[in-house]
Order: sequence, then C-alpha cells, then structure tokens
Amino acid sequence: MTIVLGIGFILMLIGFWGLLTRRNMIKMVLSIAIAETGLQLIMIAIGFIKGRTAPILDSEVLKLEGVLKVVDPVPQALVLTAIVIGVAVNALMLTFIIRLYQQKKSLDISDYRAMKW
Amino acid sequence: MIKRSISLLVVFGFVLIFWKMLTSWLPMTDLQGVAKEYVSREPEELGAINVVTAIVVTYRGLDTLGEVSVLFLAATGVAVLLRRREKKIKTGKTKRPSSEFLQTGAALLTPFVVMFGAYIFINGHLSPGGGFQGGSVIASAMLLLFLTFPGYKFKHTALNWIESISGASYVVVGILGILLAGGFLDNRVLPLGEYGKILSAGAIPVIYIFIGLKVGTELAGILENLKHEH
Amino acid sequence: MTALVILLGIGMIVAACMAIYLKNLIAAVVAAGIVSLFASVVYLILAAPDVAMTEAAIGAGLSTAIFIYAIKHTREEEVEND
Repeated sequence: MTIVLGIGFILMLIGFWGLLTRRNMIKMVLSIAIAETGLQLIMIAIGFIKGRTAPILDSEVLKLEGVLKVVDPVPQALVLTAIVIGVAVNALMLTFIIRLYQQKKSLDISDYRAMKW
Repeated sequence: MIKRSISLLVVFGFVLIFWKMLTSWLPMTDLQGVAKEYVSREPEELGAINVVTAIVVTYRGLDTLGEVSVLFLAATGVAVLLRRREKKIKTGKTKRPSSEFLQTGAALLTPFVVMFGAYIFINGHLSPGGGFQGGSVIASAMLLLFLTFPGYKFKHTALNWIESISGASYVVVGILGILLAGGFLDNRVLPLGEYGKILSAGAIPVIYIFIGLKVGTELAGILENLKHEH
Repeated sequence: MTALVILLGIGMIVAACMAIYLKNLIAAVVAAGIVSLFASVVYLILAAPDVAMTEAAIGAGLSTAIFIYAIKHTREEEVEND
C-alpha cells in the first residue's frame, strides 16, 4: 500500500534526523533502531498485493493455485532475518557505550575525541 | 550552527530521493520471477505448509547460516566486553526481595511460557511461527525470572552446552544434505511424509528445533551478561 | 482497514518524534517500544503473520529490556544515606 510506504519513509527520516542532531549516545542508538523499523515496514509494503492472503497454503484451493492468491513471501523471509540481526547489533552497541562510560563518566559524544585528527 | 544546517541539507537530500521513489512506484499485481517458482513448486518438492519457513530454511538456507553466525558473534562480543574483573568486595547493599504475589506468579507462569515457546518452534512448518519466534519467547521467560528474583544466576555450563550442541548439529544436518541429497541444507534427507502432519517436510522441523534452541539461549545469555555487569 | 492503518501511522510518527525529543531516557525508550508495537499490528494487516510475531516478541519486549539495563549501568550511582 502506498500509505504504509509513506509512513516507512517518514520513520526513516525521523531516525536519520535523530542520529545527526542528538549528542547523547543512547539517543543515537534509539534513532538507529527507529530507522531500522521504518526500513522493514517499507520492505513488507513492497511485497503486498491487494486482495490476497498470507502465504500459508493450508487448504486444497490454495495448494493447487497458490500463485494467484498469496502475497509475495520473499521479502517476509528477508525481514525476519533483519529483525533478529538488528536487536543483536543494538545490544553490542550498548555494551560499547557502557564500557566508554566507565572510562570517563560522560554520555556526551563530544567528550570522546581520541580518534579525531 | 554550521552543523545544524549541514544536517538539514542531508535530510533534505533524502527527502528528495524518497519523494521520487514514492511517486513513481506502482503496486505489484502479480507474482513474478523467483517468488512464482517458489510458491508453485513448494508443495510437491518440500511438503511444508508455511512457505516462509520453507524459504528461510531450505531455499535460502545460506542466509540463515550467516544470520546465526552474526548472532553468535554479537553474543560473544557482549560476553567478552562485559566480563567481570577480579572479585570486588561486596558493597553493603542487599536487594530487597520482591513481593510474594510476584514470586508465586512468576514461578507458576514460567514453565507454561517455555512450553509455549517450544510449541511455536516445533510447529514452524504447519502454521505461522518457527525458530526465531519460539526462541524469543523462551528468552522472554528467562527475562521474567531475572526481573523477579534479584540474585538469580544461571548454571553456565548447561546453557553453554545447549548452545554449542545446537549450533554444531545445525551445520551437521546441512552437511548431511550434501552427502545424501541435493545440496547444502536440503531437507530431503528425511522422508517427506504426509502433507499436514507434524512429522512431515523432511528435515525442516529438526533444523528449526536446533535454530530455536540456539537463538533462545543466545538472547538469554546477552540479557544475563547485561544484567550482572559489576 | 485504511482508516485503521492511517490511525496507527499517526500514532507511530508521534511516538517516534517523542522518542528523540524527550529528556527522560526511560520515557524515550518506552516510546520506541510503542513504535515497534504499532508496527507489529501493521504487519498483520499487510498479511505477514510470521513477521508480526517476531516484531512483537523482539521489538516490543527484549529490545526495551536491553535498553533499560544499559540505562541502569550508565547513571550516576545515588549516594546512600544511612
């Protein structure tokens, strides 16, 4: 549907804006998570066909002529993987933040300038 | 000031790209290409009712292997970075135990939630569900135990053994697919059986049980490392 | 159906704006959990039950818990007066 595509694009823009302007490190990770949710909405909305049903072939009618009656199952398989990888990478980013906090006791990213030239 | 205007310019550039993509998009009206082949050939070749499960486990099995590796790498990274240093002297703070209502409720509910999670990943090929969903439900049951009993610790050896054996068995079943059937992670190593029973669709239930156990124990391990940090 | 999708979309956008503008970190994390919850309902309307289950269990449950543990470890410890 075009409406869900628009909502996904707006969520991605909000995520990018939060990532560029916030200085608290935990807020930056939160914005990355929101942008990932928006992207997954876009992928599922592209695979939707109007008037058709979920790709589970449990009756005889669907088994014989499933090609005419189900939505696209390939984006759903890709998004399933993407959600789990997203939460694992968020957890790893948060452990980096915990370790950095133990060094300097500050959550502001402009205090960590050791790698800037 | 300069930083704020550069960020505005970047976001405005993305708005232009997204607007172009949104206005020139036509909704799909028919299955095309690879999806059409998957949906039309799947009942005879693989015998699973849930097409998304068949795609994730057999047709695109290498993607799932890569995803299990990324999850393992992230969990290992969390465990190594948050390792406890030498034993600190215990500060005098003892946590107050939670109320009796919460303790009784959590102790009663946890076996049912774990059983529900196991039901979800055993029936992955017959109804919506599968290994990832069932694994996260099992990790939620562990989270309930962590929130209720403040000093709760796992037996690390049991968790580590379950996780390692599940991961290794997943790869062993894949290699059996090369030796006995079409290719890596082919599910015709076991007989296809009747359409719609639990013991059907070849090796798909077996593979999903291993994936479900591995994902569940990994997410529970991440939660435990984040909780007991000091 | 379209009216439900529009209502959920407005809820998601308002919650996402609140998540990046609130000063209280725990409230921001709860707002991000609301975004995941509404997204799970939209996936169900778009005929994707597997993805809806996964997003509800992981996005609105485990992700919020991981963020709250991280916030707990990066706060200044309160001085105990006895």
